Amino acid sequence: MSCDKHIVNLMHNYLDGDLTKQEEQQLRSHLQTCQACQKHFHELKRTLSLLKGNSDIQAPTNFTASVMSNLPKERKRVSYSRWFKAHPALTAAAIFFVLMFGGIFSAWDQDNQLSYPKGKNLVIKDDTVIVPEGVVVDGDLVVKNGDLKIDGSVNGDVVIINGDHLMASAGNISGEIEQVNQVFDWIWYHIKDITKSVFAFTNK
Amino acid sequence: MEAKIKEMIKSVKKGDQSAYEDIVSFYQSKVYAICYRMIGNSHEAEDLAQEAFIRAYVNIHSFDEKKKFSTWLYRIATNLTIDRIRKKKPDFYLDAEVRGTDGLDMYSQLPAEQALPEEEVESLEIQTVIQQEIMNLPAKYRSVIALRFVDELPLAEISEILDIPVGTVKTRIHRGREALRKRLRHV
Repeated sequence: MSCDKHIVNLMHNYLDGDLTKQEEQQLRSHLQTCQACQKHFHELKRTLSLLKGNSDIQAPTNFTASVMSNLPKERKRVSYSRWFKAHPALTAAAIFFVLMFGGIFSAWDQDNQLSYPKGKNLVIKDDTVIVPEGVVVDGDLVVKNGDLKIDGSVNGDVVIINGDHLMASAGNISGEIEQVNQVFDWIWYHIKDITKSVFAFTNK
Repeated sequence: MEAKIKEMIKSVKKGDQSAYEDIVSFYQSKVYAICYRMIGNSHEAEDLAQEAFIRAYVNIHSFDEKKKFSTWLYRIATNLTIDRIRKKKPDFYLDAEVRGTDGLDMYSQLPAEQALPEEEVESLEIQTVIQQEIMNLPAKYRSVIALRFVDELPLAEISEILDIPVGTVKTRIHRGREALRKRLRHV
């Protein structure tokens, strides 16, 4: 057989659903007259059905699970944010605590320098703040990161943060003495301080 | 389904890994079948299909949501498989001597033919014969044939996946089909 290559082309285009009405008509009438082409066309169709009939290839079982276990780890941020979305109230509480305690902690950490009120005739000696004899400190006295020794007197409250109150016999304090040495004391002190100022504010 | 897939891809892009699971299970058999048709070996096909899904996940941000996901996914899978075929050299020869044995070759390692129910043998044989004939085609025909007959994709989409003109896809399908016709005539 040696039919026109054109006819074979038409067959393929037909199988691809890519044929005009006119061309289809041409192919049909040729197939009716040509045995060889009919056979050719039949074989092509059979090949196709063989290919398609066997296309029920299935992925192995566990395929999906095995892909999922081989994926790179989900970014932490995402799993957190999913959790946060699921628990909005806890998230709000967590953010509140982080901010509040974060602020206090960082204030605790930041200044390791000795700090004391200036201009009150205090004497400094090796991280020890001394209220010398005969000196009277008016108002509250706050000493940070150092010990306090009172030989004179203080007209008000004394707060020692991260330090000791070195007891001296003649020490004279009209108000309360408070020592803050641990972080929790520090926090407690802050909370008290805040509540106090809140009350002071409302009392006004 | 297309819309649902789009939704899932959005979540995956936001980083929700669990949404990817549905995508994998939806496309797994198609991707696997395409790889299998091209490489002709179930282990390698599984390996390649897995790799394709992992790459798609890692590069999900470069996927343009206006396009069809399957086109993009199949493109990754076919590219990986074509690369593998290029690099592939025969790993072993059946008639090479097995180390540690005295003159035994790989033929002796093949299982003896087992008696299977007749029908199963028949369908298995046809499967194998068809796959063998596909494997005898050049790789560039195999990829076109795989895409065309696994998912019955339109020519335009195949052209996009393989990055070749539609005319070329058409020619390859015609030639591939013609070659298979000749080989499968007597099956």
